[in-house]
Amino acid sequence: MRAYLPAYDALTPDSLDHALELLDTHPEEYVPFAGGTDLMVLLDWGKLPRKKYLNIWNLSELKGIQEDESFISLGGLTTYTEIQASEVLQKEFPNLCQAARWSGAWAIQNRGTLGGNIANASPAADSSPALLSYGAELEIVSRSGVRRLPYSEFHTGYKEMRLEKNEIIRAILLPRSSVENCHHYYRKVGTRKAQAISKVCLAAFVKWEGNKIKECRIALGSVAPTVIRCPKSEEILTGKTLSRELKEEAKATLGQEISPIDDVRSTKDYRLEIAVNIFDEFLDELGGCKEG
Amino acid sequence: MKKVDIFFTINGVKKTVSAHPMKRLLDLLREELELTGTKEGCGEGECGACSVFVEGKLVNSCLIPSLQVQGCEVKTIEGVADGEQLHRVQESFLKEGGAQCGICTPGMIMAAIALLEENSEPSYEEIQEGLAGNLCRCTGYTKIFTSVVKACQK
Ligand SMILES: Cc1cc2nc3c(=O)[nH]c(=O)nc-3n(C[C@H](O)[C@H](O)[C@H](O)COP(=O)(O)OP(=O)(O)OC[C@H]3O[C@@H](n4cnc5c(N)ncnc54)[C@H](O)[C@@H]3O)c2cc1C
Ligand code: FES
Ligand code: FES
Repeated sequence: MRAYLPAYDALTPDSLDHALELLDTHPEEYVPFAGGTDLMVLLDWGKLPRKKYLNIWNLSELKGIQEDESFISLGGLTTYTEIQASEVLQKEFPNLCQAARWSGAWAIQNRGTLGGNIANASPAADSSPALLSYGAELEIVSRSGVRRLPYSEFHTGYKEMRLEKNEIIRAILLPRSSVENCHHYYRKVGTRKAQAISKVCLAAFVKWEGNKIKECRIALGSVAPTVIRCPKSEEILTGKTLSRELKEEAKATLGQEISPIDDVRSTKDYRLEIAVNIFDEFLDELGGCKEG
Repeated sequence: MKKVDIFFTINGVKKTVSAHPMKRLLDLLREELELTGTKEGCGEGECGACSVFVEGKLVNSCLIPSLQVQGCEVKTIEGVADGEQLHRVQESFLKEGGAQCGICTPGMIMAAIALLEENSEPSYEEIQEGLAGNLCRCTGYTKIFTSVVKACQK
C-alpha cells in the first residue's frame, strides 16, 4: 500500500549546521534523507515512518573524497559511482570499489551513498564488510561537536547502532599504509551480481611481512545480526606462515564465529557452507602468493 | 504538510510545479506534466522502467522525491529526440526490434544512452552490466543488446 503523502514533511536545510540544529532541537521529528534508495522503497511499501525528512543530498560539507598522509576521507554522501571512479581508492582500497560496483545497478549507484548504507544498518550491506576489512573509522557530528569511532564498534545489534538521533555521519576514514605486500579479497554471493541482496559477502585484507601474515582483517555480511569482523579467525592467521593445517584450523574457527539464519533469501546451512567455501577460496589465493 | 513550489528544468524548459515535497518525481512527471513516456514497473528501484536523467545522471524516478529536483535539470524519454530526428539509440531499437510491449523501452533507452555517454564502444559484457538495472518481460534481452551494439556502430 502506497504511503499517504500529506502525513509527511520534507525540507532542505541551508547548511550542515542548520541540519544539525533541527536534529538537535527536534530529535524525534527529523530524520536525514540522503540518496533515498532505502527510504523511498519504504515509502512505496507504505512503511516509511511519518517524520519530517531533512534533505541532506546537497550539503557540500558531506561530499567529496579527500586525502592526507594518514587517511582517505569519504564524505557521508559519497556515492557508489564516485567510489568506483576514484583512482586512489582503486589503488589502495579495491575491496570498497568492488563492493560499490556490485551494489545495485547504475541508477542506484548514482544515488546510493556510503553514509546511507552504514546508517541503514542492514546485516547484508555490501560496503560494510569492505570498510571493516580496512579498519575504517567514522566521523560523526552533532551540534555539540565531532567524535571519532572505529567502524567495528558502530553496529551493536540488529539495526542497532551507536548513532544518536541528533547525529549525522560526516565522513568515513580509511587509514592508509604502503600498498606493497598486501592482499585484498572481496566476494559477494547473491542470485545475481547486480541488484541482488547478498546471501553472503566476505571481504578480507592481509599484509605480509616476508612469508608471515603481519596483519589480517576478515569481515562478513549476512551471517549474523550485523556485519561482523572475525577476530578469532584473524588471530589464528596473524604472525603465521600459511600451511595446510593452519588453513583448516582457520576455516573451522570461522565456521564457529558466524551465526547465519534462515530467511527469504537463503538458508542457514547454505550460508554457513558458502561462507566457509569463499573463505577457503581467499586462503587459496593467499597460498598462491606465498606457499612453497 | 502542504504542497511547495518546485522549480526545475524539464527537457530544456523551465517549469514551476506545485507538489508535495515527497511526491515521487515519477508521479510529478506523469501526473503534473503529462510526460507519460516514463513508466512505472516496480516502484522500488528494481526494474528501471522509470529511468530518467537528473543533472545528467541516470536515476530511478520512483526513488526521487520532488524536493530533490529543486533547481535541477531533468531529462526524460520525451527529451531525447532532436525535434523529429530520433536519437541513434531510438532508431536502433526501432530497426532491430528492441521493443515488444514497450513498457521497459523508455527506461532501457535512457540507460543505454547513459552507458554510451560513459563508454562509446562498450563490449557485450559492458552492455549487459550497464543495463543490469533494467528488466524486460518480453524480448529475452538479445534484441535489446543487439540494438545497443548497432547504435554504437552509427
Ligand atoms: C534496487 C536496489 C538495489 C540495492 N542494492 C544494494 C546492494 O546491492 N547492496 C547494498 O548494500 N545495498 C543495496 N541497496 C540499498 C541502498 O541502495 C544502500 O543501502 C544505499 O547505500 C543507501 O544510501 P542512501 O543515501 O540512498 O540512503 P537513504 O535511503 O537516504 O537513507 C538510509 C538511512 O540512512 C540514514 N542516513 C543517510 N545518510 C546519513 C548520514 N550521512 N548520517 C546519518 N544517517 C544517514 C537515513 O536517515 C536512513 O535511515 C539497494 C537498493 C535498491 C532500491
Ligand atoms: S518503477 Fe522505478 S525502478 Fe521500477
Ligand atoms: S518490451 Fe515488454 S517489457 Fe520489455
